[in-house]
Amino acid sequence: MKIIVCIKQVPDTKGGVKFNPDGTLDRAAMLAIMNPDDKAGLEAALRLKDQYGAEVTVLTMGLPKAADALREALAMGADKAVLVTDRVLGGADTWATSTTIAGAIRNLEYDLIITGRQAIDGDTAQVGPQIAEHLQIPVISYAQDLKVEGDKVVVQRQYDDRYHVVEAKMPCLVTALSELNPPRYMTPGGIFDACKAEITTWGRADLKDVDDSNIGLAGSPTKIAKASDKVRKGAGEKIVPDSPSDGVKYIVEKLAEKHVI
Amino acid sequence: MDFTLNKEHEMARTLFKEFAENEAKPLAQEVDEKEMFPRETVDKMAKYGFLGIPVPKEFGGQGCDILTYVMCVEELSKVCGTSGVIVSAHTSLCVDPIMTFGTPEQKEKYLVPLAKGEKLGAFGLTEPGAGTDAQGQQTKAVLDGDEWVLNGSKCFITNGKEADVYVIFAVTGKVEKKGRVMKEISAFIVEKGTPGFTFGTKENKMGIRGSSTYELIFTDCRIPKENLLGQQGKGFNIAMHTLDGGRIGIAAQALGIAEGALERTIAYTKERKQFGKSISGFQNTQFQLADMATKVEAAKMLVYKAALKKQEYVSNPKVSYSVEAAMAKLYAAEVAMEVTTKAVQLHGGYGYIREYEVERMMRDAKITEIYEGTSEVQRMVISANILK
Repeated sequence: MKIIVCIKQVPDTKGGVKFNPDGTLDRAAMLAIMNPDDKAGLEAALRLKDQYGAEVTVLTMGLPKAADALREALAMGADKAVLVTDRVLGGADTWATSTTIAGAIRNLEYDLIITGRQAIDGDTAQVGPQIAEHLQIPVISYAQDLKVEGDKVVVQRQYDDRYHVVEAKMPCLVTALSELNPPRYMTPGGIFDACKAEITTWGRADLKDVDDSNIGLAGSPTKIAKASDKVRKGAGEKIVPDSPSDGVKYIVEKLAEKHVI
Repeated sequence: MDFTLNKEHEMARTLFKEFAENEAKPLAQEVDEKEMFPRETVDKMAKYGFLGIPVPKEFGGQGCDILTYVMCVEELSKVCGTSGVIVSAHTSLCVDPIMTFGTPEQKEKYLVPLAKGEKLGAFGLTEPGAGTDAQGQQTKAVLDGDEWVLNGSKCFITNGKEADVYVIFAVTGKVEKKGRVMKEISAFIVEKGTPGFTFGTKENKMGIRGSSTYELIFTDCRIPKENLLGQQGKGFNIAMHTLDGGRIGIAAQALGIAEGALERTIAYTKERKQFGKSISGFQNTQFQLADMATKVEAAKMLVYKAALKKQEYVSNPKVSYSVEAAMAKLYAAEVAMEVTTKAVQLHGGYGYIREYEVERMMRDAKITEIYEGTSEVQRMVISANILK
């Protein structure tokens, strides 16, 4: 089985998001990490490799520095790494990104493509399904569990209060949730090998069946008006009433006060 | 000369830091209070190859270098001194002598499972009457047919009851050296479960309380003849060589403890308010922190230098690293004691409370000035070298 895992190097938002004065992300002020959903997707691929034997290729589009995320994936156990990097690809939105990645994937053999659900720097959740669309293969998004049975994948697709079990014949694409599984650590020996490993680097010329009008900033229909951090919900108010009926009464009063009821 | 870490060391540091924070730190307080050997953490370390870092891949190891191993002990010790010494004793004191002096058969039988972390190692040199003076050994080994028969005891053995493979030193005869009759010491590999090999007292220690420090007792313990490690009579050299490497591991542990205490103190002094401002705003705090940080950095340079020197030895056995190891251990251990003591002081009353980690770190730091050669022994090694 051949698995491609698409990963993205993102700024670590754990310590808060930092912006430049012009409203764009201040990437230099934040640590660069492998996107958590992507890492869970990589773990899923590595588990399939452990279980059935598979060749896992990790692929990313980004600045040359994004090779660090690929090396981390190799040190965790991925077999091959592809970096798609070119000045003309810069400033890409989800459309241009998915077009570019699909153009790179057309050079590779695969049974299964795994992407993360969404990246923590953009939270769009669009790139994975768009890649599938470009490649004309089925997609199952929001995977919280992933199994391979013969020539098909069986996925638990997360819903608000339940999950759906969805099957698709391979080749197909699955987008992984970080809850899918806790990713493994790198190994020290894996790190040493990863640093010696060759990373295949592709530029614009290597993309297959991609039109210039669909790549980079010029090929990005999305125009960002304003970027901001997620608005956090307040902590709310906690009360410990003397009895359940007192509690109900208090809540009803509060709702009435706010004209909710 | 380049003080920048290369890519693999940067990545290894990230790995060890993440592992230490996620796996070792949450258990550190319980490990200390309950004298609990962190088996769960050790099993995870085995799974990820932390127990065979400087061992070539052909022997089941990770094929990395000494500096990577040192950084592993350092990062673990930042959050849990016990976890640091478990890896150090296993790697430096058991894996290393078998890797260096073992026969191909011994390497296949013992080194491979030790490096894979399937087995844990320990080292037994110290006896009640033989600490710094290794010639005070009383444990004897007598060859009887195809077996060596061991009688005696070892004390203060790290990983004591938890280990599976032990490198043990014993007297195998007498030799005359420069007109003086000396004990002939040899090294042996002993497996847990060998009849006649039992455990005595578990030590109730001031620090590194989870490291399973036991007395080992040998009563007519028969081991196969082929478990002699290195040549008969070369035990003292094997012990000294092993301790040279061990000192780098302990120096890394001391460095980690000092760094851990410094990190927590920096964070605490920024948060703690007195007289309407953070105590980091007072010049006394600032100067203390500056001194602590400078000494920690100096210790790090000595420890890493010793690691690089030992790496040189790996490719050229004529290179000696004992002075570098002694300097690194002497300095890092004393810095660990000084920095943790200051850390407690800067935490004020809270520093004296168990809930605040610096109290544990101060207790953990003390042993680094004592085991694997006291600070006094390190001064002897260093001065003997500069005065020769």
